[in-house]
Amino acid sequence: MSILHHPDAATLMSFAGGGLAAPLAAVVASHMALCPRCRNDVARLTEIGAAAFATAPPEPVEHPIPIMLLRATEAEITGGHAERPEPPDSDVPPAIAQFVGARLDAIQWRRLGIGIWHMPIHLGGAQRGDLRLLKIAPGRPMPEHGHRGAELTLVLAGRYRDEVGEFARGDVADLDEEVEHRPVSDAVEGCICLIASERRARFTGMLGRVLQPLTGM
Amino acid sequence: MAELLQRIADRKDVEAFRRLFETFGPRVKSYMMRQGADAATAEELMQEALLTVWRKAALYSSEKGNASTWIFAIARNLRIDRLRRETVFQELPDAYAELASEEALPDETAVLGERQRRIRAALDELPEEQRAIIMLSFVDGLSHSEIAEQTGLALGTVKSRMRLAYQKLRDQIEDLAE
Repeated sequence: MSILHHPDAATLMSFAGGGLAAPLAAVVASHMALCPRCRNDVARLTEIGAAAFATAPPEPVEHPIPIMLLRATEAEITGGHAERPEPPDSDVPPAIAQFVGARLDAIQWRRLGIGIWHMPIHLGGAQRGDLRLLKIAPGRPMPEHGHRGAELTLVLAGRYRDEVGEFARGDVADLDEEVEHRPVSDAVEGCICLIASERRARFTGMLGRVLQPLTGM
Repeated sequence: MAELLQRIADRKDVEAFRRLFETFGPRVKSYMMRQGADAATAEELMQEALLTVWRKAALYSSEKGNASTWIFAIARNLRIDRLRRETVFQELPDAYAELASEEALPDETAVLGERQRRIRAALDELPEEQRAIIMLSFVDGLSHSEIAEQTGLALGTVKSRMRLAYQKLRDQIEDLAE
């Protein structure tokens, strides 16, 4: 099935420029693994980035690289094109497989509420924002939330529907603070999504709201 | 430039590398300083980026992209890793080239050199308000909200200027491909 919903061009631009927060970049990279169109857009945007980069005023260099150092690293050059390892039988995009493993059915879900499970992903370093997998049982509303800051959702399995339309594997919802939506997971398949948010606190707030009706707080 | 890179890949040509270094070293250094690195750190990162070019030249294929795009991507990834201290999810251009072959970019080196010149010309023709946002995104490596903060523009305005700019640039690049 072809992908109907893509990240905003402004999001792809930020990805290609390197300014996109890592959790959001993880979702874009995961989408790209499934979407030739966005791979092409990012390739073009990277060319545009190179052209912009070339117009920046040069900064005089103090030290050229010593020839000795070049000679010392020569051995590494000889290998020709590096072979990329064959991807294992995997339904998890390579970008996040290194964090959560290669198979969705092997993920150790943590229960978050009735019919909702999650798997937080810790990227390490100075992580800006939040990244996690979310699994929703069939026919259930997904956590309702407004947004402050960008949020990207990629469907990895099953599907969901909201005011915008139907989202299946590979589709991305690229939302900003303007959007309020009420997604409902597919009645038969449920839904597994990768969700990134630019701001950590807000996402915690969202989970709080998921839990709220369940705990009666 | 692609030819220099090819000579490094094929023959470990030190002279070719020296010329590439002279062209791109000062740009990479300036690029690092744009994201807040001091001169000494920028110099180190520049050296590391150019050494990566030297070491990985064999991975580069002049049929799949041009030298400046490849070097930009190496510098960008190094900047995310060292200055942003974040996980890098951006691949170097070659990695996706085969998969994307359906709408592949034209592959003659000459065309690609021309392509970069045309993209630069197209950048110059953008309305200043759009060009400025493009530079903040690509050269300064700022996020949408950082650009909004720096320019005092609304987030929606930043994003719509990016979309408009990309639309125009893409149309120009597509014309090139014909």
